[in-house]
Amino acid sequence: MTDAGIKVAGVTRQKRLLNTYGPLIGIAVLAFFLLVWAPGTMTAFRLGNLGKYCALALASMGIGLAWGRGGMLVLGQGVFFGLGAYAMAMHMKLEAAGPGGVPDFMTLYGNGTMPSWWEPFRSGPFTLFAIVALPAVVSFILGYAILKRRVKGAYFAILTQAMAVAFATLLIATIKQTGGFNGLNTFTTFFGHNLYDPKVGKNLYMIAAGLVILFMLILWQLYRSRYGELLVATRDAEERIRFLGYDPANIKLVAFVVAAIMASIGGAMFVPLAGIISPSNVDAPASIMLLAGVALGGRSSLFGPVLGAIAVGYSRSTLSEKFPTQWTYFLGALFIVIMLFLPGGVASLWPKVRSLWPSSTRRAAKGTASSVDRDHEPTRDVDLDQAEPAALA
Amino acid sequence: MDVLTTPFLTGTATGAILLLAALGLTLTFGQMGVINMANGEFLMVGAYVAYMTQQVISGAGVSIVVALPMAFIVAGLLGLLLEVTVIQWMYKRPLDTLLATVGVSLVLQQFAQDLFGAQGDPVTAPSWLGGRISVFGYEWPHRQLFTILLALAALAALSAVLKYSFFGRQIRATVQNRQLAETLGVSTRNVDRITFFLGSGLAGVGGVAIALISGTNPTLGTAYIIPAFLVVVIGGVGQLKGTLLAAWAVGVVTAFLTDWTSGSMAQVITFALVVIFLTMRPQGLFTVRTRSLA
Repeated sequence: MTDAGIKVAGVTRQKRLLNTYGPLIGIAVLAFFLLVWAPGTMTAFRLGNLGKYCALALASMGIGLAWGRGGMLVLGQGVFFGLGAYAMAMHMKLEAAGPGGVPDFMTLYGNGTMPSWWEPFRSGPFTLFAIVALPAVVSFILGYAILKRRVKGAYFAILTQAMAVAFATLLIATIKQTGGFNGLNTFTTFFGHNLYDPKVGKNLYMIAAGLVILFMLILWQLYRSRYGELLVATRDAEERIRFLGYDPANIKLVAFVVAAIMASIGGAMFVPLAGIISPSNVDAPASIMLLAGVALGGRSSLFGPVLGAIAVGYSRSTLSEKFPTQWTYFLGALFIVIMLFLPGGVASLWPKVRSLWPSSTRRAAKGTASSVDRDHEPTRDVDLDQAEPAALA
Repeated sequence: MDVLTTPFLTGTATGAILLLAALGLTLTFGQMGVINMANGEFLMVGAYVAYMTQQVISGAGVSIVVALPMAFIVAGLLGLLLEVTVIQWMYKRPLDTLLATVGVSLVLQQFAQDLFGAQGDPVTAPSWLGGRISVFGYEWPHRQLFTILLALAALAALSAVLKYSFFGRQIRATVQNRQLAETLGVSTRNVDRITFFLGSGLAGVGGVAIALISGTNPTLGTAYIIPAFLVVVIGGVGQLKGTLLAAWAVGVVTAFLTDWTSGSMAQVITFALVVIFLTMRPQGLFTVRTRSLA
């Protein structure tokens, strides 16, 4: 083998290692900032806010999986976020009411009797189980019903949004059972720990941030697994996958269910950190807010949804307090500009930045850059899946 | 008889509004596969056009007659502007269009709120719409009858344009086979623009009808956009008769469910019914046979 040959082989090996384990370095950096730097430097108030963004980021990461990798635009993740949040809130409400007690709002709006389906949420373990099982079952049934019948694309998106509208409407209507428009609030304890204790607040933050890191690792592993490859392939050319003998519905269903569970866990963490859950946190506009961070950060990248969700959450709390009207314009413009000019989000700029790096490794890698980053940009040239438009009657 | 006629008639009127909201959608969705979430805001624009015309022309009867074509043109031009500035760059990415138009609808809502205030404004109905007629013992407001007639007139006008006019033929050709239409010298770009103008304009007309019933409001469109899309999906994309039937069915079913349970439960049950329907007929009520794989 010639010198040049050895050099190229070495470079590609280096590159492969970097491509495989590079994200781990990124996750480690993120973990440092979230788990070491932030708790060490931020005030309790800011840390609580960051915790809320972490809870939202969990839902956003799920959207990244379903939408970015799976091509399913989920406009109703608020529903699953809400399932987890309400499960947690019900448990904390019952904790506040004490053993055998009834949540305060039920005596306020109703006659003080508790619906029987509240009863199991007295138990902490059951609540934790429900936070995972409830969204899994709901998303499985719904996903199975519509994905198996090959409902996809815009139809799927509209159905999920309709689901969010229906869910919020249902919550508002059942004021005696779910607190209605005001939602559930005024909690005192989280699994026996006083919520007003700053130490507990910090630990809550640590749990939320830790979950973000944990799910980053899970997603990283998922994306590089055979399943991750299949999911991307299904997104880009569903019919080809079907011809190869796979059932695209099953592949997408897994992503949909996992995304729902992640949203639910995010919702469950949101409640103790925010101290409230109400229909306005889970309705269609809230679901679209969850998408904003994903679109901004980069839907199909590993880091995009997390960083985007934190960025959107942060700018929302700073901008919307000072300039509430401008915030809506800003949000609207964000959607338009990102979708028009940067559909891959900020993350899609990363390969371009990297290729500017004046290192021999990168320059040698440049030739294969397009194949390396295939996950980040959905292919547009294959129109196999695009349904022929129907005729007008 | 009241138990049956009341929900039936009010439901038909709701269906008529849904039809007006959905006609534009089915046109743009059917032809270009474009999801225009800002279509609800074109309803809102139509409603505000009705309100503003009334500020200028005080006679309620005359102002409504003026407002209808005005709303059509204003909303249509806005739709055209949207097509030229945003949508035309994204025809190959329907889901991205959906999100971009969500952004447009946020901007339009906020703009209306800055311009007219967050509170809604009332629109006075002309005196000849104030009355009621008795149908099987139910005192049916003229307004609802007017909405139904308006929706049917819009539908008839649209199908006449599609069937008999030169543009209509071009639109149908583009919907059926874009490439072939192009080779035959149809400027599909122009057809897209005209379709968008027509579809958005129809939403504007629907907005006038809504303004007569419930006044104006910056967020008026959000209540209609999802049901309108469900109507399009149920009816079968690009199918006018399907849209008509689906709008009517959704309106009447929701009205009956509202009567039996409550307004919010009706929404939830309607959603469940739509999901069940779609698992049985994913293509909607009416379909055109194509050779596409999906």
